[in-house]
Amino acid sequence: MSVEYIKSITERYQQLGYAPYKWYAAETPPAWQPLKKPLSESRLGMLSTAGAYALGQVAYYYKDDTSHRAIPKDTPTQDLRFSHITENYLPDARQDPNCVLPLEHLREFEGDGVIGELAGEVFSCMGGVYSQRRVREELVPNMLQAFQAQAVDAALLIPL
Amino acid sequence: MCLIARHLEENGIPTLIIASALDITRSGRPPRAVFVDYPLGHTTGKPFDAADQKAILREALAAFGRIDTPETIVVDLGHSWDADGGWKQAATDTSSGDQRQPRDTSPRYQYEADRLAAEARWATAAS
Repeated sequence: MSVEYIKSITERYQQLGYAPYKWYAAETPPAWQPLKKPLSESRLGMLSTAGAYALGQVAYYYKDDTSHRAIPKDTPTQDLRFSHITENYLPDARQDPNCVLPLEHLREFEGDGVIGELAGEVFSCMGGVYSQRRVREELVPNMLQAFQAQAVDAALLIPL
Repeated sequence: MCLIARHLEENGIPTLIIASALDITRSGRPPRAVFVDYPLGHTTGKPFDAADQKAILREALAAFGRIDTPETIVVDLGHSWDADGGWKQAATDTSSGDQRQPRDTSPRYQYEADRLAAEARWATAAS
């Protein structure tokens, strides 16, 4: 049995007297784009919503920050940082980034031929944006543009 | 993340989500997803367990190549966080209050030294 996050967070917010949080509920089937070629021949893009940034980049703020960071793929693991409104989910990632941002392993897979190539930067954003309108109008089109600029063949998306 | 996945796919980029909140993922009806039944904050594996992390990533990428039906969520990757699933009790404990940080528009650096590094870079860029 998987954890019922929607139910338990709804209950918690009721107890705290907060307005109910509205998760995105899709009413229509998604579009479908088959892989153009095997992943072993593809350029793979990656996005994490864990609020990752590289040392030297600006961190995220916690009130509806819809910005994203392009983290060069050769960034050393010890230079990866995280800021996200639910910092309570970050202690392990801050010790070992690979448990939410598997940059080291994707670099290895690139060398092993599991993927053809990792895009030059991996992306991150701060997933705790409560304005669904701002996600739709700002974050979503910006991420499409960012992946298109990299000419990726496929995108791996990793929520926190 | 489902909004992003659906928009990328509409624009010709195939996507796979690796997720640890199955109900939230299902609600968003993404094109493809795999479910990792771990506590939030460990979507791609246990900390300091490179074998576990790489196995999850390999299985996710294999599913990416294999899934040929829209809205498929692979739920049986077969990784367990602990023997008895005891972590799930804590994850649904509603008595712990609001765990979130305050919401404002100041960047929240992991370390104070990160702020200095970022500000130094901006100062250099501006000069």
